Amino acid sequence: MQGVNQFIQNFPRLKALWQYRSFVAGMVWREFREQYLGALFGGMWSIFNPMAMILIYTIIFSKIMRARIPGIEDNLGFGLFLCAGLLPWNFFSELMSRYPTLFLQYKNLIKKISFPKITLPFIILLSSAIHFMIIFSIFQIFLLITGRHHGWVMIGFIPLLMLQQSIALGLGIFLGTLNVFFRDVAQFVSIIVQFWFWFTPIIYPIMILPEKVRILLTYNPMTNIVIGYQQMILYGKWPVWTGFWWHILFAIFVLFLGFKVFRKLSNELVDEL
Amino acid sequence: MVIQAINLGKKYKRYPNQWSRFAEWLLGERYHNHEEKWVLRGVTFKLESGEALGIVGQNGAGKSTLLKIIAGTTAPNEGKVVTSGKISALLELGIGLHPDFTGRENATMICRMAGMPPDEINSLLPEIEGFSELKDYFDQPMRVYSTGMEMRLAFSSSTAERPDLLIIDEAFAVGDAYFSHKCINRIRDFKKKGTSLLFVSHAPGAIQTICDRALLIDGGMIIKDGDPDVVLDYYNAMIAKQNKDYEIRQVENKLGRTVTRSGNKKAYIDDLDLFDMKGRSARAFQVGDKVLIRCQVKFREAMENPTVGILIRDRLGCDIFGTNTFYLGKDEENFQDGEQIDVCFTLDLNLGYGSYSLCVAVHSGADHLRENYDWWDQCLSFQVIPNNSFYFLGVAALPLKVEIRKVESNKEMCEFGDS
Repeated sequence: MQGVNQFIQNFPRLKALWQYRSFVAGMVWREFREQYLGALFGGMWSIFNPMAMILIYTIIFSKIMRARIPGIEDNLGFGLFLCAGLLPWNFFSELMSRYPTLFLQYKNLIKKISFPKITLPFIILLSSAIHFMIIFSIFQIFLLITGRHHGWVMIGFIPLLMLQQSIALGLGIFLGTLNVFFRDVAQFVSIIVQFWFWFTPIIYPIMILPEKVRILLTYNPMTNIVIGYQQMILYGKWPVWTGFWWHILFAIFVLFLGFKVFRKLSNELVDEL
Repeated sequence: MVIQAINLGKKYKRYPNQWSRFAEWLLGERYHNHEEKWVLRGVTFKLESGEALGIVGQNGAGKSTLLKIIAGTTAPNEGKVVTSGKISALLELGIGLHPDFTGRENATMICRMAGMPPDEINSLLPEIEGFSELKDYFDQPMRVYSTGMEMRLAFSSSTAERPDLLIIDEAFAVGDAYFSHKCINRIRDFKKKGTSLLFVSHAPGAIQTICDRALLIDGGMIIKDGDPDVVLDYYNAMIAKQNKDYEIRQVENKLGRTVTRSGNKKAYIDDLDLFDMKGRSARAFQVGDKVLIRCQVKFREAMENPTVGILIRDRLGCDIFGTNTFYLGKDEENFQDGEQIDVCFTLDLNLGYGSYSLCVAVHSGADHLRENYDWWDQCLSFQVIPNNSFYFLGVAALPLKVEIRKVESNKEMCEFGDS
């Protein structure tokens, strides 16, 4: 605690964020509870929903449609492949859809209460992280039950998820700030994210693409990350870490861009809301 | 020093459309196509610790913008403001409160928004529960709350810990008389301990009861800074002037519609004015002030014993006080055609705070039923503002004394014990 306190003295925004950690925690909890308020089963729904999703993917795609991916000769293969890419992608796209309208959503708070605005993106990041953790744990349990769990290799998800969400956070703060001034941004982003989804090998294996398109897809930062997830789930193979150097640089760049633009416009932002 | 504001200015940019904003973003300074509107400019003042400053001004004068800058929700475009210590700002009711969560949860959230650590919040919660007096409602969802209860919760939570600066916007002034007194007492108590107060209100009464100093803001500038009495007088004079202009317009434009003026005009009211004891025309008076009502009447026919009457009504139109020269025993005069008289009523305005209208009439006999020469409803309006004496409710200021004595009951207790 002492160390943290000393370290953050150098970064006023991080300092504010740290000082307001109990506010962030409270808002995350509020967001979570708000969703299930007045429901008999309450928070249980956050378990039922992802369970249904995993079952649908594995059963419908594997058993009924008998979809196969090359190299894996079994019933569950395609379902697991889908979940491996789709669950983290949903975590990513939830942020990408919520961040552009972030400051508009909390308009009243921003205008009337003095608190560090930088806490807002972290509230959303954490609250979507909770949902992801629930669904991911269920998926892990599913893997254990079906005997598909590859053990410690799952730890590899942590750095990849952090990388992926750093990109989302940086882009999100940047787009969220711009959207206050030009509301077109949110509309535009929702279209882009749809394209982004189809240009990422999530519901199809990258191998089925022609060589030229495959090379094009490698410029998409999500491609390599998603392939990393699929390797871990399907084959229990660690991701090729050296392939991620430019992803890390990209994440640092968008984070820098996001914070820089936010810092520059944060005063003007309040007056536009 | 709690606040030091130096040359504060706030402007808003207005673009004709979104495309011109976009062009300005892309091209920078070369493309300049926006209007700048200054809502606050050149505002300089200081606030010492333990001082209570009231801010008055009409809608759109820049009061709320000033509060927001000081509270830190918005940044000034020029100048700077230095504040020290913990600031607690109650700018608007219901902000950050969630209707589906209980009072307790929302109170916790208000404290968290102020950046308080969790263990401190937990130790303050019983205090908040007690002060708000919400009892069972404290653990009920806020959607069942009335506006007054919401205010009680918000005020209790925001002031649970004594801040160094308390900022209150007038929008917050809801709730019943009992609780507003409780709030005022807490504010006074804070003040004694060194809290400064920044308070915006349209109600002159509230400012006079709490504040040591007042700022009058108009058109984004401080036009007066000083003793609340002086500043409020100035403010009221400003409003009164506008009211008067408005009334004149109203009579000219909407004669017979919003303002009722009836009668056969054999005698008519030429002019009506209110004066304070210094002989100045005025529209704002303190409770108990002596006021002179001068009514000029002109005659178009010769007549005997005409009666001139006045009637004061409150803002709801209820009769508060009215009498006439007939009842006052001044009816033994005859007038000729074309003659003009001044009828002056002098009275002590022992009225409650608020705005009142004055109605005048000329008629024959005891009332206007027999022959009505001229009856002018809402001829002018005036304000009654608190004086330096005690606070009270209602429309009448009745002079009173209060005495508190201890009752000796020890003896009786002893006797009771023996038997």
